[in-house]
Amino acid sequence: MSTAPRTALSTRPPEDDRRPGELTFKELLRWTWRQLTSMRTALILLLLLALAAIPGSVIPQEGVDSLKTSNWQTDHPQLTPVYERLGLFSVYDSAWFSAIYILLMLSLVGCILPRTLHYWRGLRAQPPAAPRNLERLPDHTSYETAEDPEDVLERARAVLKRRRYRLRPGDDGDLAISAERGYLREAGNLVFHLSVLIVLVGFAMGSMLGYKGGAILLVGDDYGFANDLTQYDDFDPGSLFSADDLDPFSFTIDDFDVDWLTEGPRAGMARGFESHLSYRESPDADEKTYDLKVNHPLTIGDTDVFLIGHGYAPVITVKDGNGDVVWSEPTVFLPLDQSFRSVGVVKAPDAEPTQIGLEGEFYPTVAFSEETGSYYSLFGKDVDPMISMLVYTGDLGMDDGAAQSVYSLDKSKTNMLENEDGTPYRIDLRPGETAELPEGLGTVSFDGLQRWNKIQISQTPGKWIALIGVVLALIGLLGSLFIRPRRVWVRARREGDGTLVEVAALDRSGGGDTSVVVDELVAALRGEDKS
Amino acid sequence: MTDAAWESLSNQAVAAAGLVYFLALLAHLVEWASLRKVPVTAVAAASADAAGGVAVDTAPPGDESAPRRAEMFGRLGYLLTCLAVAIQFVGLVGRGMAADPNRVPWGNMYEFTLAGTWVVALLYVVLCRRLKLAWMAPIVLAFVLTVLMVAVIWLYAPVAPLTEALSSYWLVIHVVSAIIATGAFTLGGITSALYLVKARRPGTETGYVGRLPQPEVLDRVSYRLHAFGFPVWTFAVLITGPIWAHQAWSSYWNWDPKEVWAFITWVVYAAYLHARTTAGWKGRNAAILALVGMATLWFNFIGINYFSTTSQHSYADSAPAPALSRDL
Ligand code: HEM
Repeated sequence: MSTAPRTALSTRPPEDDRRPGELTFKELLRWTWRQLTSMRTALILLLLLALAAIPGSVIPQEGVDSLKTSNWQTDHPQLTPVYERLGLFSVYDSAWFSAIYILLMLSLVGCILPRTLHYWRGLRAQPPAAPRNLERLPDHTSYETAEDPEDVLERARAVLKRRRYRLRPGDDGDLAISAERGYLREAGNLVFHLSVLIVLVGFAMGSMLGYKGGAILLVGDDYGFANDLTQYDDFDPGSLFSADDLDPFSFTIDDFDVDWLTEGPRAGMARGFESHLSYRESPDADEKTYDLKVNHPLTIGDTDVFLIGHGYAPVITVKDGNGDVVWSEPTVFLPLDQSFRSVGVVKAPDAEPTQIGLEGEFYPTVAFSEETGSYYSLFGKDVDPMISMLVYTGDLGMDDGAAQSVYSLDKSKTNMLENEDGTPYRIDLRPGETAELPEGLGTVSFDGLQRWNKIQISQTPGKWIALIGVVLALIGLLGSLFIRPRRVWVRARREGDGTLVEVAALDRSGGGDTSVVVDELVAALRGEDKS
Repeated sequence: MTDAAWESLSNQAVAAAGLVYFLALLAHLVEWASLRKVPVTAVAAASADAAGGVAVDTAPPGDESAPRRAEMFGRLGYLLTCLAVAIQFVGLVGRGMAADPNRVPWGNMYEFTLAGTWVVALLYVVLCRRLKLAWMAPIVLAFVLTVLMVAVIWLYAPVAPLTEALSSYWLVIHVVSAIIATGAFTLGGITSALYLVKARRPGTETGYVGRLPQPEVLDRVSYRLHAFGFPVWTFAVLITGPIWAHQAWSSYWNWDPKEVWAFITWVVYAAYLHARTTAGWKGRNAAILALVGMATLWFNFIGINYFSTTSQHSYADSAPAPALSRDL
């Protein structure tokens, strides 16, 4: 055996011909493992994790706000490719962030498993025998009494038992007691660390198997939502999500109320809003109703339906030069601010003689500012609604098949209509009004006002696992932080006529104040002595 | 009482509480000034046996009245602090009652700050005996007074109803626990800072530093405050926060800047607890970590509210974007 050549993979113990400091592969592995699972590494990894989380709070994140991210990217053309390479737009899925927490979890497993085994074995172990010199312990005291050592110890046993200490069975010869309590602290600590893993599993399930999607839905019985991929405006699935997991429900928004504040410092704000839904959990289920509000999602199966926004959809009709209706529907305008000044567009590519695009602002309660020379909205409620639109003609760029946002016009191949004096040609319409476009292009009318709701729908499998995990973690943590593991020793020795009683205590958590324990124990022993 | 009456009562109570805190601070300053005449050695010896109080009972032969005066003013300062805490509570309740409908008093930064300082002061008053925190009085009072002044001068906002996303009982639990944890961490941070000062000059025998408890005692008190704060923070940030976020925004964890920083704070304090049990990190490094933790905590409270444009939690702006329009 000793003559076999050593290879890098050798599992044999080190030989003497090694240079000092040289390690075998196995030793290296063991060394690495020991380093990885050491407390110091855990500490450093924790700090790294905290550090690594910072960029994601400063740089807009794709998964959090994709619009903001793309705006940022447009504003910083030089930084963007660099940041992209570093994964800084999705820090929390990036390789380096994952590397840190995966290492931390490895370290955690490597640290927890041996400790659990050790704890399991230690559960039935006896408290260790009293050290010979109790006065060497940092917290100790002694007193003299006239009683017999056996009586003192007898009482000490009773006192300690009452305080739920575990006692070492009588030691032969030595007149001493060893007692211990607070083993649950370690259990709490283990539960806490294991629960961190459970939370991670729950969290990972949610982000891999779940999805989040949003849809803008008009209010009214004529419109509805059936839970199907085609009905979503945006859809963000986890990497393992499958469309088969969509619950087959459907709903309509029958009615929508907003509670506007009309006085006080926040007048003009909406205090609350509420949608009255009718829904079916599956196509052949009974219809039920639900009042959807902020903070009150509707839960159907595994899916949660949330109301997260609302706005106005003016009903706009466009007739072209031939008098044909080329657009007639509630047109979703997106709110820009608290006053619900909203923007939206109409695209009529089929209009003759030329395509017509409208880009406008909507004011629920219109007012005019002399200062800026423009309209604004006084109030989010539709007290005096008006739309003000610019007209574009030419090629709306919709024929090349590329996807276009329904909220913006591609103006690159269009002309904006102008007045004779060169100012932009505007049509300002109140409900019921119709404007005639110049040059026989057609007419635009504002027929009425509809409302829309932004509904967010999400499925987060594993959320209960994560919740149970954190609750367990909290319970474990409480045990770990507040149970004080203590060892207490009492020794009684005959000295001259009396008995010398020595008491010492050790707190194994480092957080406790053992002098108090010693004092209380002595007080109890002596107090009962007097009685 | 009308809402306006409640609001002015609240404003008066806050002003009165500020005044009483100031008087309490003065009383403690007189206490410490009187203590100058008492040799530190006597005090240090008394507090070294793990007590951690400002020991004033071992009077030297020279000046008999100094320790008695110190004790009297110390007690006066404590009582005034209790009174100020009670008055500030009236101020807080007034804010809630002034709103229509009545609500919890934390709708904006002014109210958060009011509640936060109140909890710091309350925790000090409650824990003073148990953890023997008397030595902390001047610093806590100076801190509370300064922050309260900042709140009144710069953060004041008239009473307004809560936006709907903020009115949920999960929010109440979430904010109560976050504020309590913030109070405990702040006290713990103050203790850790004093630990660092004391540990650098353990032999100092004069002035405030000389009369602080021994470094071991400061370290232990700091640990206890953090050990109290950490589970409460865990509850606030990792349990009730996500539950509320799930109700309001459809996802329990969204890596919003406020959440990210709450998580960072949590991780740093977990590191602090680890550091205390790791050789080479005990003591000084642990105390530094505690201060880093406090910095992240306050950065989250102040920095994110004022400077972040991406956080949905930004209450600093009293008019949040309409329609919670994250995805629009
Ligand atoms: C996800 C990562 C981790 C988190 C969030 C975490 C958190 C905590 C917290 C909050 C405590 C304080 C409870 C107490 O004082 O008993 C603690 C204690 C402890 N942790 Fe961790 N920990 C993590 C990873 C690890 C790892 C990888 C190890 C192994 C090296 C480890 C070993 C310990 C030990 C031994 C204690 C007990 C210290 C004592 O006796 O006071 N932890 N941990």
